[in-house]
Amino acid sequence: MKRMTIAVALVAASAFSGTALAQAKEQFVPANFYWVGPYAPGGSGFGGGIIDFMMMINERDGGVNGVKLTWDKCETEYNNARGVECYERQKNKGPTGATVVHPLSTGITYSILEKATADKIPVISMGYGRTDASDGRVFPYIFPLITNYWSQNTAKIKFIGQKEGGMDKLKGKKIVNLYHDSAYGKETIPVLDVQAKKYGFQVTHIAVPHPGNEQQSQWLQIRQIRPDWVILRGWGVMNPTAIKTAARTGFPREKMLGVWWSGAEEDVIPAGDAAKGYYAAAFNLPGTQHPVMKDILKYVYGKGKGEFTDKSRIGSIYHTRGVVAGIITVEAIRTAQAKFGKGKPITGEQMQWGIENLNLDAKRLKELGATDLMQPLKVSCKDHEGGGAVKFMQWDGRAWKVVSDWIPSDQSIVRPMIEESAAQYAKEKGIKPRDC
Amino acid sequence: MNVSFFFEVLIGGLLAGVMYSLVALGFVLIYKASGVFNFAQGAMVFLAALTFVSLLERGVNFWLALGVTLAVMVVLGMAIERVVLRPLVNQPPITLFMATIGLTFVLEGLSQAVWGSQPHGLELGIADVPMQWLADSTGMFISQFDLIASGVAAVLVAALALFFQYTRVGRALRAVADDHQAALAVGIPLKNIWAIVWAVAGFVALVAGMLWGARNGVQYALTFIALKALPVLILGGFESILGAIVGGLIIGASEKLAEVYLGPMVGGGIESWFAYVIALLFLLVRPQGLFGEKIIDRV
Repeated sequence: MKRMTIAVALVAASAFSGTALAQAKEQFVPANFYWVGPYAPGGSGFGGGIIDFMMMINERDGGVNGVKLTWDKCETEYNNARGVECYERQKNKGPTGATVVHPLSTGITYSILEKATADKIPVISMGYGRTDASDGRVFPYIFPLITNYWSQNTAKIKFIGQKEGGMDKLKGKKIVNLYHDSAYGKETIPVLDVQAKKYGFQVTHIAVPHPGNEQQSQWLQIRQIRPDWVILRGWGVMNPTAIKTAARTGFPREKMLGVWWSGAEEDVIPAGDAAKGYYAAAFNLPGTQHPVMKDILKYVYGKGKGEFTDKSRIGSIYHTRGVVAGIITVEAIRTAQAKFGKGKPITGEQMQWGIENLNLDAKRLKELGATDLMQPLKVSCKDHEGGGAVKFMQWDGRAWKVVSDWIPSDQSIVRPMIEESAAQYAKEKGIKPRDC
Repeated sequence: MNVSFFFEVLIGGLLAGVMYSLVALGFVLIYKASGVFNFAQGAMVFLAALTFVSLLERGVNFWLALGVTLAVMVVLGMAIERVVLRPLVNQPPITLFMATIGLTFVLEGLSQAVWGSQPHGLELGIADVPMQWLADSTGMFISQFDLIASGVAAVLVAALALFFQYTRVGRALRAVADDHQAALAVGIPLKNIWAIVWAVAGFVALVAGMLWGARNGVQYALTFIALKALPVLILGGFESILGAIVGGLIIGASEKLAEVYLGPMVGGGIESWFAYVIALLFLLVRPQGLFGEKIIDRV
């Protein structure tokens, strides 16, 4: 009996140590996105992209230096309360807890900002979230990477300037800012006002109440103003409705320019032919021609392990945006491993260092097969944005066509506004900014 | 004030109001026959439009897709009667209302589980562009799509009014609406009547879903158009088909005029709640709505 007990204990111990060893070689990344509800096209597309990329790294490379990437899905429904619940549920999973969180919602980003900072778990809010978090001295764990809303907005005005024949030609022009009547929608009003003063154009801000499925009165006002350009800052159904209503009121779509949350296939396909000629901003580009996308097709979809059953979604804007999020996540893990131990899972705190020291230059992007998928990115303790440039696309009725180079943002406008806003936040919260 | 622009806003508002009325009609039908406020009407519009467009995209002929979708909505109506309503006969109205809230989430989830969550474009062959001759002669931009949608709504209302007024089933529906138990006592089959009215509401949802879907695309946000119908119902009365139309016209016109002329003074974006202000003002004067039945309880 005694021998039997010892044998059982040994088997149990070996099983436990085996599990522990297996766990020790895993890196957990929460997949807190949304697959149902009004914003499911964006949530499922982005979520599909990041999961497909992590799956590809596991299948092709056996993980990051042998550390397998793992994830659990949690449905946030784009709802702040559910987003916080998912964060709490997932933050302690995996051998080292959650590595990083992609909330994919400005509201959820705001809701978990202080918790994540206290828990030392980095939050990547790529192309959304709190713009002034670009000041890493005040927001050490928040990373609005690649381009924030204000940077994007200055690039948009530069693009409009290019179309008009030069920035000096903006003087006297009329621009309407048609925005979703929410914190997200209002975010760019101050930066537009500053630019209106600088370049001498007239800007009119017109709000569209949520959800934006009826915009007749807004577009009649626009027709009265007779603007040269309309900037569309929409989300969800507001986007195709704006494009359709522009057509109904005779406004040319070639004079409409959307934010990157108004620039996915899902925003234009429901509008049908009315969307032809419409422009949108982008910090990631669509397509399956990029080598990294080909690897996803080969190693993930080729093995029947892809996230999408509808294959036409592979390479869409939301999908490649998720892939870019995957690239950043994996490269930051790799950077952190290089400092804290190659082939070992890293903690959230170590990941924070990894993101802050991330340098995806043109050479590295080429090695990753992502040269035309995204722009080079260099993050620092002070600068949590990293990139700042934007490309512009035009919908031809079937697909997005890239119509510009990477247009850099106007940091002479954006950075002082960021630092002023971040300093105000630090003062309110009693935060002593880091010395970077 | 630019008179031409004022009339453009007014006409645009009236035509938008007709679109709200289309959704409100579905609510009225069910309330009229069963006293149930069907919270799931928006979800039914979404399901109908999504089924129709998904069949079209799979290469099914337009008319066949229409027929199949109609059949789906009729079967759904009958299933709702059998599974949800029949067990709740003679329960308080709030119980039935709560049941329709549950039904909303089931239908929304089911629709996306079967057909996916991607938005779709829907082309009905009606150009949604301003009529050039009208723009040239008056300077007003009115979409021909809106005019045709108004025509469809008018035909639908006329057909439903005739159905309720002059057919045996219609009279039975009105009897059931007045008093379930009295209707049962005189031999009116309550189960059949409820199944019929839910099926008709399914048909109305299909028409509303096709027109709204062609206007903005078929996507989950179609469920939100129920919110546009609520002030229409409060104003027009929950059991009046005529009320749904008149209420829609008043709400549509007043919210557009308010947004254009009052909105800029207060930062804009007021039309969604201004519609409820109008509805509440009417409610204070006529609690039963413009065309609702005044109920007098003797104590």
